[in-house]
Amino acid sequence: MKNKKLMGNLITYGLVIVAYAIVAYLLHAGRLTSLVKGLLVPICVYVILAVSLNLVVGISGELSLGHAGFMCVGAFSGAFFSKCLQDTLSFAPLRLALAIAVGAVVAAVFGLLIGIPVLRLKGDYLAIVTLAFGEIIKNVMNIFYIGLDSNGFHFSVKDQFSMGMEPGGEILVSGPMGITGTPKDASFLAGIILILITLFVVLHLIDSRDGRAIMAIRDNRIAADSIGLNITHYKLMAFTVSAALTGAAGSLYAHNLATLQAKKFDYNFSILALVFVVLGGIGNIRGSVIAAVVLTVLPELLRGMANYRMLIYSIILILMMLFNWAPRFLEWRERHLGRLFRKNRKEE
Amino acid sequence: MAAILEVNHLSIAFGGLHAVDEFSIAIEKGELYGLIGPNGAGKTTVFNLLTGVYKPNEGIIRLDGKDITGRKTRDINKEGIARTFQNIRLFHQLSVLDNVKVGLHNHYSYLTLEGILHLGRYRRTEKRMDDEAMDLLRVFDLDQEALVTAANLPYGKQRKLEIARALATRPKLLLLDEPAAGMNPNETAELMDTIRFVRNKFDITILLIEHDMKLVSGICERLTVLNFGRILAQGETSQVLHDPEVIKAYLGE
Amino acid sequence: MSFLSYLLKGVSLGSVYAIIALGYTMVYGIAKMLNFAHGDVIMVGGYAAFTCSMTRGMAPLPSILIAMVVCTVLGIVIETIAYRPLLEAASPLAVLITAIGVSYFLQNIVLIIFGSNPKSFQSLVKIPGLKLADGALTISGETIVTILSCLIIMLILTQFISRTRMGQAMLAVSEDKGAAQLMGINVNSTIALTFAIGSGLAAIAGVLLCSAYPSLSPYTGAMPGIKAFVAAVFGGIGSIPGAFLGGILLGVIEILAKGYISTQLSDAIVFGVLIIVLLVRPTGLLGKRIQEKV
Repeated sequence: MKNKKLMGNLITYGLVIVAYAIVAYLLHAGRLTSLVKGLLVPICVYVILAVSLNLVVGISGELSLGHAGFMCVGAFSGAFFSKCLQDTLSFAPLRLALAIAVGAVVAAVFGLLIGIPVLRLKGDYLAIVTLAFGEIIKNVMNIFYIGLDSNGFHFSVKDQFSMGMEPGGEILVSGPMGITGTPKDASFLAGIILILITLFVVLHLIDSRDGRAIMAIRDNRIAADSIGLNITHYKLMAFTVSAALTGAAGSLYAHNLATLQAKKFDYNFSILALVFVVLGGIGNIRGSVIAAVVLTVLPELLRGMANYRMLIYSIILILMMLFNWAPRFLEWRERHLGRLFRKNRKEE
Repeated sequence: MAAILEVNHLSIAFGGLHAVDEFSIAIEKGELYGLIGPNGAGKTTVFNLLTGVYKPNEGIIRLDGKDITGRKTRDINKEGIARTFQNIRLFHQLSVLDNVKVGLHNHYSYLTLEGILHLGRYRRTEKRMDDEAMDLLRVFDLDQEALVTAANLPYGKQRKLEIARALATRPKLLLLDEPAAGMNPNETAELMDTIRFVRNKFDITILLIEHDMKLVSGICERLTVLNFGRILAQGETSQVLHDPEVIKAYLGE
Repeated sequence: MSFLSYLLKGVSLGSVYAIIALGYTMVYGIAKMLNFAHGDVIMVGGYAAFTCSMTRGMAPLPSILIAMVVCTVLGIVIETIAYRPLLEAASPLAVLITAIGVSYFLQNIVLIIFGSNPKSFQSLVKIPGLKLADGALTISGETIVTILSCLIIMLILTQFISRTRMGQAMLAVSEDKGAAQLMGINVNSTIALTFAIGSGLAAIAGVLLCSAYPSLSPYTGAMPGIKAFVAAVFGGIGSIPGAFLGGILLGVIEILAKGYISTQLSDAIVFGVLIIVLLVRPTGLLGKRIQEKV
């Protein structure tokens, strides 16, 4: 079993590395259109987002609709960091690595602060409150102004003029206009490395004492309580780790954008991530990776379908849920496709 | 004699209903004690009170001389009470082995970071946890199924796994809520042997709720009979089972 | 005077929230699920009324009635196809995720049919506004109609539930599904009826909302939907007076926040209210506590 689990994990890592090799070759050979090239970093971002959301939804069993908020704080803190250090630290890869770390830490702090009250709730309430927090983060980010001149930093929540800056000072964060001119440090390689780190953290966490506790609580909260597990502690752990990884993805994302605006991170973003998780299989990490890639690339390749993209996603989402969770369908599946599915289950 | 569990005047009411009223019991170390009574008599409520799922309105619960009244469920488990549930509550998506390893959770430790990096202490600790869990599974004849997903176990084995998981928390007192429910006579007989064996091997005390009279009279040394939330009779098994009140209220129907 | 007019505007918006919140609270009380797509049913109601009155040139009243029929049927169809099979699912998240799927389905199907450009919705309220205090305070016809509709709906609904057999059946199902079934109540059709009523009301809410804020797009229903859910939670989920109280309070809070604090932050403040309520009093203002069974 240990070996089987290890095998499964290696296949997942291998998949990512092979995908990288193929794309790197195509890039080198100049066979990729600029459209696909432009998608490379966002795909990595979505993959990380999907994997880390799956940690909360699939492994911890709570539905978060606020991950866009963590991405938002990760993106803004990371971009802000890089803008401040643009001149001092000129080695881009190091600057990016640090910015990603900053994004992860800031998002983790938010995850912890939000998680403490939110994780006392359950199910639907938890989902809607995470959504609320995500929207609050977006709205608050939308009114922040930060400027820098020779006197130091200036803040405002009204407009750029009320910061009282000296002429020649630089506006770093400009309310709804967000952050412009973040160094474009993100690269496909950086994205792949971050995916591998994310997978490493999530897969190893699952396969540890803490991960077992998290999944036990998901499977049966009352029984977990009765054998002495600290439920809040482990719910919070999954939530915070997930927030940190999402924040890292946000920071990477910000370093790929000319303009970073808070309004991009609305709850549709969270729901897109949920679509990846559900379509890849709730709790199935490799599935999240594949779903995020396929569902980002496919609609771009089939240009005519652009309008139908979300419609098709939503239909697949509903059908997947019905097929995988409705007792009636499960019974039917057991009866008619029993052998097929039992075999699959063992392989997992 | 030293009582491992001493409960005095335990009461709880839901709305106007006195689910458990003035419940007192003293169980000695190493005893196999039975709690019986008709449906709705409040037996499971007693378990929920003992394990801190409900907070009593009145009364004191002492475990090994220590007052544990009103403590949190998980702290009571750490003090030494473990339980099973009437409607089986396994971690159904985890393997049989992992179910037991979660039970061992509080007896082993390494840092989260060590777990994520799979460093040396992680490997050593996981190995020791595997060993202890496998030993437990062997007691219940579940070692062959260690890697099966818990949900796919047959019913009787799920009940056993739940007991194994409870034992993994190394309790002083084990509460079994209808361990023989849904078992055939053969399985029940086998379960009786296992319960006795467990009591002796792990040197623990067992309090069990049961409907199966054969099981109760076969292994319980003393009994308490509950009816409408109140104690109807208490004492040696043979005595209690011949008590006319008990026969009238419970066995006669 | 500006305070008074804000207050009126708040009560008016709150009345719309209250009507929407009714749908959430009844469905939650009976099917124990958060119908995430409820907000989008409002939007469909808006488009139905728009098509009837603007495109086909029908009179306001028939337009509204048709919109109600469309939404009622839609509600029943959604419940039967997407939710009913999942109500007994092992994970409580299953039906919520499906509801999110339905929400996106409705938005995108409307997007394909009507396009993404917002339609300008001409108010269906033909009653002139009132001018009070020499014109210092104006009450629009929409405000009057909205508040009145909300009051009438509340009145009819409470009477329906306490006086009719079907209403009593709804109460019984929300208390204990199993027991209700044993008493001979058809649980499935009671749940369907709840969806039907909630969705029919959503159509009215959609028309009122679009009449007051005359821009209709596939996403029109999403935010008011979520806010109305906040209102339902605020008032106490499962409670009809709670939905009314929560809706009105939330509308007033939103408009006052817009007027006195910041337009951009008003949503954040509304959601802040939700968070505080759930942390301080998770059962809402008028809700009751439920203990988990072990």
